[in-house]
Amino acid sequence: MTDSLISVKDLTLRFKTDEGLVTAVNDVSFEIAPGEVLGLVGESGSGKSVTAKALMMLNAENAVYDEDSQITLSVDGEDYDVLALRGARDQLIIRGGAISMIFQEPMASFAPAITIGEQMVEQLLIHSDMTRAEAKEISIEMLTRVGIPEPAQRFGQYAFEFSGGMRQRAMIAMALSTKPRLLIADEPTTALDVTIQAQVIELMKDLVEEFHMSILFITHDLGVIAQTADRVAVMYLGNVVETGTVRQVINSPAHPYTRGLLNSLPKLNDLEAELSPVPGDIPSPLDRPSGCVFHTRCTEAAEIAERCRTEIPLTTVGSDNHKVACHLASGEGKA
Amino acid sequence: MSDILIRANNLSVHFPLRGLGFGERPVVRAVEGINIEIEKGSFFGLVGESGSGKTTLGRAMLKAAPISHGEVIYTDDEVNYELSTISGDELKDYRKRAQLIFQDPYAALSPRMTVRDIIAEPLEVMKLTSSREETDARVREIAAMCRLNLEHLRRFPHAFSGGQRQRISIARALVSGPKFIVADESVAALDVSIQADVLNLLNKIQRESGITFLFISHDLSVIAHTCDFVAVMYLGQIVEAAPTRKLFADTSHPYTKALLSAIPSLDPDVRGNAQKLEGEIPSPINPPPGCRFNTRCPHAQERCRSEIPEWRELSAGHHVACHFAEELS
Amino acid sequence: MSDTASIEKTDVNVDQSRKEAYFTASQGQLIWTRFKKQRAAMAGAAVLLILILSGMFASFLTPYDPTIEGRNPDYQNGAPTIPKFWDENGFSFRPFIYSFERTRSIKTNFRWVTEVNRDKRRYVVLFPEGDEYTLLGMTFRTHLFGVDEGKIHLFGTDGTGKDIFSRTFHAINTSLAVGTIGVFIAFVLALIIGGISGYRGGWVDSVLQMITDAVRTIPAIPLFMALAAFVPATWSSEARFFFISLILGFIGWPTLARRVRTHLLTERNQEYVLAAQLCGASASHVIRRHLLPSFTSYIIVDLIISFPYMVLSETALSFIGLGLKEPVNSLGVMLQNVTKADVLLNYQWNFIPVIFFITLVLAFVFVGDGLRDAADPYADTKK
Repeated sequence: MTDSLISVKDLTLRFKTDEGLVTAVNDVSFEIAPGEVLGLVGESGSGKSVTAKALMMLNAENAVYDEDSQITLSVDGEDYDVLALRGARDQLIIRGGAISMIFQEPMASFAPAITIGEQMVEQLLIHSDMTRAEAKEISIEMLTRVGIPEPAQRFGQYAFEFSGGMRQRAMIAMALSTKPRLLIADEPTTALDVTIQAQVIELMKDLVEEFHMSILFITHDLGVIAQTADRVAVMYLGNVVETGTVRQVINSPAHPYTRGLLNSLPKLNDLEAELSPVPGDIPSPLDRPSGCVFHTRCTEAAEIAERCRTEIPLTTVGSDNHKVACHLASGEGKA
Repeated sequence: MSDILIRANNLSVHFPLRGLGFGERPVVRAVEGINIEIEKGSFFGLVGESGSGKTTLGRAMLKAAPISHGEVIYTDDEVNYELSTISGDELKDYRKRAQLIFQDPYAALSPRMTVRDIIAEPLEVMKLTSSREETDARVREIAAMCRLNLEHLRRFPHAFSGGQRQRISIARALVSGPKFIVADESVAALDVSIQADVLNLLNKIQRESGITFLFISHDLSVIAHTCDFVAVMYLGQIVEAAPTRKLFADTSHPYTKALLSAIPSLDPDVRGNAQKLEGEIPSPINPPPGCRFNTRCPHAQERCRSEIPEWRELSAGHHVACHFAEELS
Repeated sequence: MSDTASIEKTDVNVDQSRKEAYFTASQGQLIWTRFKKQRAAMAGAAVLLILILSGMFASFLTPYDPTIEGRNPDYQNGAPTIPKFWDENGFSFRPFIYSFERTRSIKTNFRWVTEVNRDKRRYVVLFPEGDEYTLLGMTFRTHLFGVDEGKIHLFGTDGTGKDIFSRTFHAINTSLAVGTIGVFIAFVLALIIGGISGYRGGWVDSVLQMITDAVRTIPAIPLFMALAAFVPATWSSEARFFFISLILGFIGWPTLARRVRTHLLTERNQEYVLAAQLCGASASHVIRRHLLPSFTSYIIVDLIISFPYMVLSETALSFIGLGLKEPVNSLGVMLQNVTKADVLLNYQWNFIPVIFFITLVLAFVFVGDGLRDAADPYADTKK
């Protein structure tokens, strides 16, 4: 049934550390359809970056994937089992081929001693048979497309000669030059000024239209999600607690954490409203709460607290495909 | 007028860079010709993007950045200091009255000192208490105000999360009984759900103790919720300043308008309304002539490129630096 | 499906106190915990401790005086005498060696020859009274072990009959002492120069750095040769000893000074330092309370890593004759003996000190590396 581009099922990921086996991602499932923007929202420790890196097998050596975990990439009629791909050749498809990634710190993502143009060309040469001249032409074209003025000149410049916003655009250009089906954007605008952020978000939305590309947009900023995503998955301490369309999640959040998150945001249309933080602190991944991961900070489930403490809530799917993992939500028979 | 705790008159802060050896040394004009007045007991917000000079301005008001031109005058019931000509002893006294809360909770606390020692340090350095018991009592009092309990005092910073560390920073700033606190991006490094917690704490402290806050942030929505007065900075200058409600109701300066509309709305049905601001932020070494915003302003005219706009009062408490503020609002 | 992924917690109370211990652990304690986890480093530390202690108590541990006083004129260039428990004459609980006799007869062409007499056993005794020595200001005569008659040479003897075993352990002590003094001098100089350089910055820093670099480029060997020419032959071996250590220290400070300066430059710009300054803290308070503790761990690592270089330098210099000389016992001096072909071919036991030397240097290196890895417990606390 799935004509999704990428399908993640029961992804569980642990890291071997000095303190033992630490769970970073627990039983995460979601799907991304072609041309869709899925927002992955979470704070620190939520496991969103680790999940994204798993799609490209970029996690560190000490990562241990659970047996039941499955990531399937469907491209051009073929299905690839991402977690089973070994060897640089096979992994080409997930690394720059069908999937590309852009990061939060563009300065850290470009090699400082090689020109931007050279890096873009290198990317193209690895993933295709084109000649250097062709690669250069396509790269300059991409730089124009992302709105960098004087692209031919910029092609020969180094990363430090670009400003923050420009670097992020160049990063997008580089990621898109191989025409990937899925772009993973890991906090791409967090380090940018808000006026520059607005420009970059516009650009990404235009590109989605033009390239019919999907984006996995990772961020902690719900405003950015509201403006760019079609669907949203909310993560907390390694679990997906809620998934739905952006209107569902923002206008009628089903999970107490999502509600708490929305309530703690200052809103410009209501300056008088009290800011109500989510009480307590995010537990350390070394100290995962039993039962529902959110129960230590949840203010809504006082009556069923015992259940929340001992039993892990399963994900229930409403009739409108709005998923939530919460005893309270499913107990009330939330549709 | 006696309600003003601290004011800046034509304040400029320039940082000279290493020159090439010949010709003029390039200078970073971080802050240029600022005029502001901060009322006693107010929560004053300073908002701007990178390069706006807001951090530099905040530090200049604490004499933690050099004052190149102009003056900063601090007046409370006991003393009156002019910071650019302040003497060594007066500066020591000023330090008791004005403190800073940093942005990065991980870098602002000495990792080798216990929390109790960190909070007690200002008391010990400034010799505000005469015995260890007195110091401990004061530390406990302030810690309780910041919701840190006794066990926490024995621990080292590595035991705490970002939000808790920020509370320790706040406790340290409060312990000397200051009248003026500069909070420099104090919530920017925190998770969203914790930000609200720290902001509420700051507000509570302000209500209960009457301390004047200068709250610096790049996040206009955070400022909007916590501050009663807002000044917007761009490339070293204040472009607009007004009480919060007024600033949002009667936005006049094109930059403020662009800033407001660039904030992504939480309503998914309100999309594509961002007034896109073209171009990049210019460098503060070579700011554009005339109005510094003219290179990106959608309404820029010839006059804007040559004439520096005057800082004038549009209505009560509402100042703007723009030639065409009336026409545009 | 239960959550088996998190760490097994048996007892809540035990865990709580463990956590509390972690929260209240000072920097020193954290470093020690991390250090303990590294096996190579712990092994190195154990070996180092053993060697240092044996050096310090060498007079007690070894049976004879390592100078001419304690030599065995009857057994020169003698092979190591290893105690046995069993030979053709039967088993014995007490380990024994054979006795040696120097004889001369027509059979040997009237040359003095040392012969082994396998029938006459000499038993090893514990805590015999032997040559006098001073330790901690008091004189003793008891040694750890010895033999009832004659002498026992576990590592053999050298050309003059001195016991190599005794010399080796005394040599460890000497080399460590020279190293310690050298490191100490280098450290004090580095702290002052690097400290001022790093704290002040600006032109003071530039000038001091130029001086540092100049000193660093002074080639050691020619310097020593020149100094060796100047040192009067009348100086006692102790005076020579201190002189060499002094020179090593004066040559060694640039590297350390550079490290101190780098640490200071980084730490000086940390926000918590600014926070202290904004309270009106004086420079000395900032240095004492914030900067010094911040790089104490790094400096200790640097010191330990400098040690083997000092020991190596002393050994190399003494080996080529520019450092300490006979009759001082140092590893370098003992190695001077092995330059003769005769020794290389026939008296290989003269090389045994080399093994000790290598072990000592390696132990320092492992400990230094382990400390360096353990020294920054705060490296991974960023969000």
